[in-house]
Amino acid sequence: MFDNVWLIPLFPLIGFLINGLFGKKIKNEAVIGGIGTLMIFLSFLVSCGILMQMIGLPPEQRVFEKVVFPWIHSGHFKADMAFLIDPLSCIMIMVVTGVGTLIHLYSIGYMHGEEGFYRFFAYLNLFCMSMLLLVLGSNMLVMFIGWEGVGLCSYLLIGYYFHKKSAGDAAKKAFVMNRVGDFGFLIGLFTLYWWFGSNHNIWTVNFMEIKAASHLLPYGGVVTVATLCFFVGATGKSAQIPLFTWLPDAMEGPTPVSALIHAATMVTAGVYMIARMSFVFVKSPETMMVIAVIGAATAIFAATIGTAQNDIKRVLAYSTVSQLGFMFLAMGVGAFSAGIFHLMTHAFFKACLFLGSGSVIHSMHHALHKIHSHDDAQDMRNMGGLRSAMPITFVTFLVSTIAIAGIPGFSGFFSKDEILWQAFANPYHGDLNIVLWGTGAIAACFTAFYMFRLVFMTFFGESRINPKAKSYLHESPLVITIPLMVLGALAVVGGYIGMPKILGMLPNYFEHWLDPVFALATEYSHKYVSHAAHPSHALEWSLMGLSVVIALVGIGIAFTMYVKNTALPGKFVATFPALHRAVYNKWYVDELYDYLFVNPCKALGQFLWKGFDVVIIDGVVNGVANVVMGFSGIFRYLQSGYLYNYALSMALGVVVMLGYFIFK
Amino acid sequence: MENLNSYLVISAVLFSIGTIGVLTRKNAIVIFMCIELMLNAVNLTFVAFSRHLGNLDGQVFVFFIMTVAAAEAAVGLALIIAFYNNKESIDVDDVNLMKW
Repeated sequence: MFDNVWLIPLFPLIGFLINGLFGKKIKNEAVIGGIGTLMIFLSFLVSCGILMQMIGLPPEQRVFEKVVFPWIHSGHFKADMAFLIDPLSCIMIMVVTGVGTLIHLYSIGYMHGEEGFYRFFAYLNLFCMSMLLLVLGSNMLVMFIGWEGVGLCSYLLIGYYFHKKSAGDAAKKAFVMNRVGDFGFLIGLFTLYWWFGSNHNIWTVNFMEIKAASHLLPYGGVVTVATLCFFVGATGKSAQIPLFTWLPDAMEGPTPVSALIHAATMVTAGVYMIARMSFVFVKSPETMMVIAVIGAATAIFAATIGTAQNDIKRVLAYSTVSQLGFMFLAMGVGAFSAGIFHLMTHAFFKACLFLGSGSVIHSMHHALHKIHSHDDAQDMRNMGGLRSAMPITFVTFLVSTIAIAGIPGFSGFFSKDEILWQAFANPYHGDLNIVLWGTGAIAACFTAFYMFRLVFMTFFGESRINPKAKSYLHESPLVITIPLMVLGALAVVGGYIGMPKILGMLPNYFEHWLDPVFALATEYSHKYVSHAAHPSHALEWSLMGLSVVIALVGIGIAFTMYVKNTALPGKFVATFPALHRAVYNKWYVDELYDYLFVNPCKALGQFLWKGFDVVIIDGVVNGVANVVMGFSGIFRYLQSGYLYNYALSMALGVVVMLGYFIFK
Repeated sequence: MENLNSYLVISAVLFSIGTIGVLTRKNAIVIFMCIELMLNAVNLTFVAFSRHLGNLDGQVFVFFIMTVAAAEAAVGLALIIAFYNNKESIDVDDVNLMKW
């Protein structure tokens, strides 16, 4: 089965080619959607086969590299089109193909009747192929192809409704910000390659070869430079401070795109990349600290913005940014498997949340369209009381919300609590650890608050939709609700494979599964982290209890404000107008970036256009022409049009020449 | 036939008349005839020198010049007819499109 790993990216590629080249002619939506879904489902089956085979192997043999074909061999440099299968990439391909299949299926229903249906599925398949290349690549270059490919597909899909200016702008913003990150990724890659090559004559970009040679890397120094560059790449792709503002705007794309690309898979690429190179990152305590701080800061920063947004998808977008912050926090405190675990559970419940919001929007849009209303179908202020009209969507949405809020028994609790516990207990950053934990805990409280605010505003209370449209609200078709139910179920049970040891019911399969991948990183960390004084079980229990209390507090506040006493939010806004305005306007980060980067860039562009291009470049070109024209303006008077003038000048010329030869 | 000078003088006079004609006349046919006059003045010089020096090379040149003049007359007359068809005139002052 391992030998067939190349089939996994190949199937979506075939789907992309079929739908991309012939989709316009096929026209039949069932065929186009069927091909797209089938292809990614086939990849899922192959991934399952690989997972089964890997489970059958003893842990130390769970690494396999498959060279599909030699790619670039030039001097010292060698990069093959090769795939790496280990427990980490195994989890990633399962998430990408599994969630991907469900979202493809959902899209058949959601995108029904859209113009460019085939285009959507072609891009979606291309995205899956790129993402699979990213997670399977056995060297940094293959990973980079995938890295760029997912960025491209993200751009294409955000701008899917390209006739809307806002969608085009959002797509460009996402692309440009990702490019900033990609630049960091490349510099990091070059730095690492150059250091190994020039110091130890190991010219390699292959992960396994770097891992084997990683004991040569110093602590800090050049590793800090390289890993910080890689981390810049990760912030771009995974929407962390400072490069996070593109993700909320990316909600201009169709909802399945938000679920697949901007919640479950692509945005986790940065987390995956750090996990993949954990043995390099952990060698730089400084970088680890930067990652942890940025992660925690993003988690709380985005969570605060999420509390004041009214667009249902924007709330989820900020929630995604915040949850990604949790993952980076985990990476930064050396809790790699907890981070990857949260990546997986987040993929389940956030995909479910996005698809659920898509189902709501679908129904709202339909109902508002029927009465020719131009109300915003995504604005939660137009919703309310949808519980009875859309029971399946409601239940799955509620389950996922409970999971993300961190209520025990649901997947989000296990993963998020593990991260918070490790942020507290892994003594990577000394006194900073308690700050990291505290920030994470407050962010978790905000998470519970804004998610339940969303649920209460959407599904509970009085219906605020135009009364005429109310009777048109209905549950979505099965093709939409089946993925919701599957993902909802996963949001509940997905956490049990990674249950913390202390709960004692099940061993933490997930951590053991990833042990071989992260063992080396943990070993390196012993150099500057002492794991000797392990906090007691009592402390772990009490922190766990505390985080449950925190989540309940968040839910309680949301309940009070949006169900019991709905006048409270208005009063709150009236009491703190400045605070509300700042949060509502996303802390003015976009405006700050406009001021700091966008406007200076525009001014520079204006100068280069009006100053340099028009005056200097055009000046030189036009100047040459003007000089020629000036001279010809003088000489053209010789061209009198009278034949005898020409004849006379010829005769005079002959006389002069003869005279010269005779009298010289 | 001993006096080379008188031939050269006649030739020079003919050449000058031709040159002045080319420079002053407007009628294309007249200009053409003046050019023929210049060519034949030169021919006369060639023949006179040939005779004087006892060398036939000059007379060979004259044949060439007559051939070229014939060809030139054919092309020139064709041009003049084409021009006349367009402008109903053979005045060279009307051939003035190529000026500033």
